[in-house]
Amino acid sequence: MTRQLTGSPAAPAQALPALQRRGRWSGRTRRDFFVFLALALPNLALIAVFTYLPLINNMYYSTLDWTLGSTSATVVGLDNYVTFFTSSDAPQVLGTTLIFTVVTVGGSMVLGLLVALALNAKVRGTTFARSAAFAPYVLSGVGVGLVWLFIFDPGYGVLSWLLRGIGQQSPQWINDPQLSLVMVIIVYVWKNLGYCAVVYLAGLQSLPKDVMEAASLDGANGFRRFMSISVPLLSPTTFFLLITTMISSLQAFDLIRIMTPLGNGTSTLIYEAYLQAFGAYNRAGYSAAISVVLFAILLIITVLQLRFVERKVHYS
Amino acid sequence: MSTLSPVSPNSASGVGTLKAPDAGPELPARRDKPLSRSNLVQTLAGGYIPLIVATLVVVLPLLWMLLSSFKQPGEIVTTDLKILPQGLNLENYHTAMTTVPFAQFFLNSLIVTTVGSTVKVILAILTAYALVFVRFPFKNIIFVVILVALMVPPQVSILPNYILIAGIGGKNTLWGIILPGLGTAFGTFLLRQHFKTLPGSILEAAEIDGAGHWRRLWQVVVPVSLPSIATVALVTVVSEWNDYIWPLIITDRPETMTLPVGLTLLQNSEGNGAGWGILMAGAVLVIIPILLVFAALQRYIVAGLTQGSVTG
Repeated sequence: MTRQLTGSPAAPAQALPALQRRGRWSGRTRRDFFVFLALALPNLALIAVFTYLPLINNMYYSTLDWTLGSTSATVVGLDNYVTFFTSSDAPQVLGTTLIFTVVTVGGSMVLGLLVALALNAKVRGTTFARSAAFAPYVLSGVGVGLVWLFIFDPGYGVLSWLLRGIGQQSPQWINDPQLSLVMVIIVYVWKNLGYCAVVYLAGLQSLPKDVMEAASLDGANGFRRFMSISVPLLSPTTFFLLITTMISSLQAFDLIRIMTPLGNGTSTLIYEAYLQAFGAYNRAGYSAAISVVLFAILLIITVLQLRFVERKVHYS
Repeated sequence: MSTLSPVSPNSASGVGTLKAPDAGPELPARRDKPLSRSNLVQTLAGGYIPLIVATLVVVLPLLWMLLSSFKQPGEIVTTDLKILPQGLNLENYHTAMTTVPFAQFFLNSLIVTTVGSTVKVILAILTAYALVFVRFPFKNIIFVVILVALMVPPQVSILPNYILIAGIGGKNTLWGIILPGLGTAFGTFLLRQHFKTLPGSILEAAEIDGAGHWRRLWQVVVPVSLPSIATVALVTVVSEWNDYIWPLIITDRPETMTLPVGLTLLQNSEGNGAGWGILMAGAVLVIIPILLVFAALQRYIVAGLTQGSVTG
């Protein structure tokens, strides 16, 4: 942008074409260089120290046999990784992470799209309904987790009361590891689908109306128009949501911590890393190894996604 | 309304009504038989019922929280469940606030949220401006570095950050809670995407008038970007207020705990059937402030999220 301005009367010193200045610093380039550093460096330094440095430190810690709080540690190379992948932990934790991520991402996006369609109806009350649908997304996971833990409580929860009303016993949501996972997934989707709904709603409202009208004149019904026009045209939105929801699902912590503190059946990679370091064991090195595994998975997914999407996504 | 889309038998999907607003010439048709039976059924099935179901699914659990927070233990530990509490009994709130120092938690959360969000929003504005409007080599590489940071879950960093912050005396301090989260990739990313869409002409005009970067930033870019900045600010406030894993790890004394961590403390001491009313009172105290902020500023967050998704 600034290059287009080099001939402006207010900046006669800049009148030379940019090409002739290549290789040496004009006063203005130098000034911009320092302006950039002054503006961006504090943020970049914080990101470097508290986001990137920990990645490197994690890799180092993951090679240690080290109890958190202890002053001595032994270098054990890749032993922590070997322990993780050869123990029963790996299939358990990786499986839980996979199920949790796939179901919560898929559930939030599909239900979010359905809610977006409901919100897109031309009736009164959509503004309030949109706010209501979005609200859980901004609420404290700790608060929400407690509320739902009470609802799911097999003894005094409203769900068990409803089930007794139709002559059913409440499932053991807390004690059964598989049901615990189902419970946390339900609450996670409840909390996050409003975000998908609002983003999808924006996508729906930006669809070209003339295309829709042409299709309906050609006799395409609502479902056909939805599948053949809306879905393909929404693919950039879908891609955006896929990335953002997958990242947040892999970071899900609050609900798991509040609803299933012991991680019984709900120990995803992130939760296992937390439990190993800050739970009963204080195994810092082992926890760091699990964090590195998580980061590697995240990196692979991101790269694959970016490659895949370049070919598949429709950009209008 | 649905009279405008007669070829839309499947209007339950809502898509069929999309073209309604600009159908100006057909407007008289709307007055045809607005209350005809098929029209009513279609509006209900296609419009109101899904809308009401979606709203209830969200509202009912929160309403249940509020109602239960007024219930005595005897009203909760019972097989004869009543939906409404016997009265507006504030006993649970009193117990919650005396069992654990809730006022202190609230103050701590307020300080952490205010200081953390203010610094983060300013850093995001400065960095995004630099990335878009200031000439610098390797800007794309720097942007990629920020993008990748966006992909790194903060949870991956908790152990090294704990060791770092605890090592410099930040355990059980408010600055120890605030500091590691101050670098902002999200805000920078969102504002950069927005700044890129600003018409170059307004900045050119300011530059011709002799305005330097500082004035262009605060007098041109920031004023026209207020909705995006409000979005970043709101999202930051919400995430600082709700932040859990980091304060949970770096504090173990009530004096410096934030509200979500304090609620965990309450859960540990009231984690039996009779304590649910007290826990719901605690949940109300954590959830209501953010609900109020959301109610006041949601216009911005919805508009901003739309921009983020369409241009991002």
